Amino acid sequence: MTEFVQQFVDGLGRGGIYALLALGLALIFGVMHLVNFAHGETITVPAYVAFGISLAVGGNWWLIVPAVIVAAVLVSVATEFVAFRWVRGSSDFTMLLTSFGVHFVVVAVFVMAVSPKAKNFEKPGWIFNTVRVGGVSFEIVDLVTIGVTLATLVLTVSILRKTLFGIAIRAAAEDFDAARLMGVRSNRVIRSAFALAGFLAGVAAVFWLMRTGEAEPGAGLVPLLKGVIAAIIGGLGSLTGAVLGGFALGLAEVYLRAWLPGNLAGLTEGAVFLLIALLFIVRPQGFVTVRRAERV
Amino acid sequence: MLGVERLTTRYGSITAIREVSLRVGAGEVVGLIGPNGAGKTTLLATVAGLLDPAAGRVELDGREVTGASPDRMLRRGVALVPERRRLFADLTVQENLLVAGITATGGERRERLGEVVELFPVLGQKWGAQAGYLSGGEAQQLAIARALMSNPRLILMDEPTLGLAPVLVDVVFELIGRLREQGRTLLVVEQNARRLLRAADRAYVLRTGSIVAEGAGDELLARPGLFEAYVGVGAGGEVPGA
Ligand SMILES: Nc1ncnc2c1ncn2[C@@H]1O[C@H](COP(=O)(O)OP(=O)(O)O)[C@@H](O)[C@H]1O
Ligand SMILES: [Mg+2]
Repeated sequence: MTEFVQQFVDGLGRGGIYALLALGLALIFGVMHLVNFAHGETITVPAYVAFGISLAVGGNWWLIVPAVIVAAVLVSVATEFVAFRWVRGSSDFTMLLTSFGVHFVVVAVFVMAVSPKAKNFEKPGWIFNTVRVGGVSFEIVDLVTIGVTLATLVLTVSILRKTLFGIAIRAAAEDFDAARLMGVRSNRVIRSAFALAGFLAGVAAVFWLMRTGEAEPGAGLVPLLKGVIAAIIGGLGSLTGAVLGGFALGLAEVYLRAWLPGNLAGLTEGAVFLLIALLFIVRPQGFVTVRRAERV
Repeated sequence: MLGVERLTTRYGSITAIREVSLRVGAGEVVGLIGPNGAGKTTLLATVAGLLDPAAGRVELDGREVTGASPDRMLRRGVALVPERRRLFADLTVQENLLVAGITATGGERRERLGEVVELFPVLGQKWGAQAGYLSGGEAQQLAIARALMSNPRLILMDEPTLGLAPVLVDVVFELIGRLREQGRTLLVVEQNARRLLRAADRAYVLRTGSIVAEGAGDELLARPGLFEAYVGVGAGGEVPGA
């Protein structure tokens, strides 16, 4: 029982990171029909920002945290401005290729400008500390991740529900042309979606980087893939689904690793994909069905 | 108010409208009729800025607006009630209206929400319901209400009675009458051709992408053979199956 609870918290902690990434991907997919494989750069670039700060002034996380979040927002908005704006309205395949292109360019830049090898920076000292609550010990980093993730999600939901800005993003995600007919400006709503997605990824990046303490050219790839998977199992384009998908993926990973016999634990990733395959046999549309408008 | 000159719009190699010219004067209700596939939706979508024309001009109050984006057209006072409504199904009635009022100031938006509820009491009762769960009649009222949120001078309506029961068709036509009394200008596409011709000051008949007839509503109604030749027999009767 104790273990089950510990694993649950561990799973939610990981899942929160995936949920934040998946929600951003779903927002971008909603307004642009783009599965943004360059979304991982909102972790890669901040990873080097964290490394740079550590080099310059030491591993001061009071400085690193805001810098990482700001960097993630800027990277997200910049990729839209530099790359995706020019292929807007192209086929989904063209946009997908563009996002791969952005990814490889960023990787190449860091390989050439820094190093192909990973650069380490100091993780915050407290992250492996544990607290005991009712006889169960929890890693602080998990509790903080869960708390901050939930707070971020609540904030995001209230922005999306209560502000005109948020309602316009949801409208555009559902039917982009109809939103334009209502006076929503394409550039503005797409830029907003990228900025919001960048902010969410920035929060995710903070916790991801606290755990890895590492900057490498492909740093964003693994979290990106998890985010994409979470968004897809949630029902691509569904914001609620993306969040559910993130937590489900985090929990599935943790429980599978724990339950698979010792010598098979290395197959966790494979087992996760098996589960996903099963999910799609039962529910091809993912957790949440997305109604999508046809385009004019 | 609206001038369309030799407008041509293509979908790839398909030419959907070819050198269409028409005028809509301030305060007029103008009808646009024609068989399925004639290009009516394409014409309205091009005027509203959703589609870019291959050739021709669109003018608003004498100023050229050809190729302007839909949000810019809306800011200039042109609203489109699109074919099949295109409501935001996951958004509530209130949220649909709020987005539609995005071009207004906060004060104007509140004021217009009030006006819209007065005009469409049903919507007030369904304020918090998701638009995807509205009945056909409620949905159409919301579609028209959305257009009114920007306080447009010119409203383009694409088949506002599509799929509605006869009583609700009456409601829509009554509403068209009321909008005219408010001094708004309307360009309306309808399958219900005879009825539209009676409600409109003037009308154009579109067929395979070109205007083939125009005139005052009652004059077109009286023109022998028009319906059989261009619109299809039965165009005056029931709404064809949606
Ligand atoms: N998205 C599209 N792609 C290609 N052809 C289209 C598209 N939409 C309409 N068309 C074609 O353009 C012509 C005019 O269509 P439309 O404007 O919808 O006519 P209407 O509204 O009068 O029924 C038709 O031949 C139709 O097949
Ligand atoms: Mg049509």
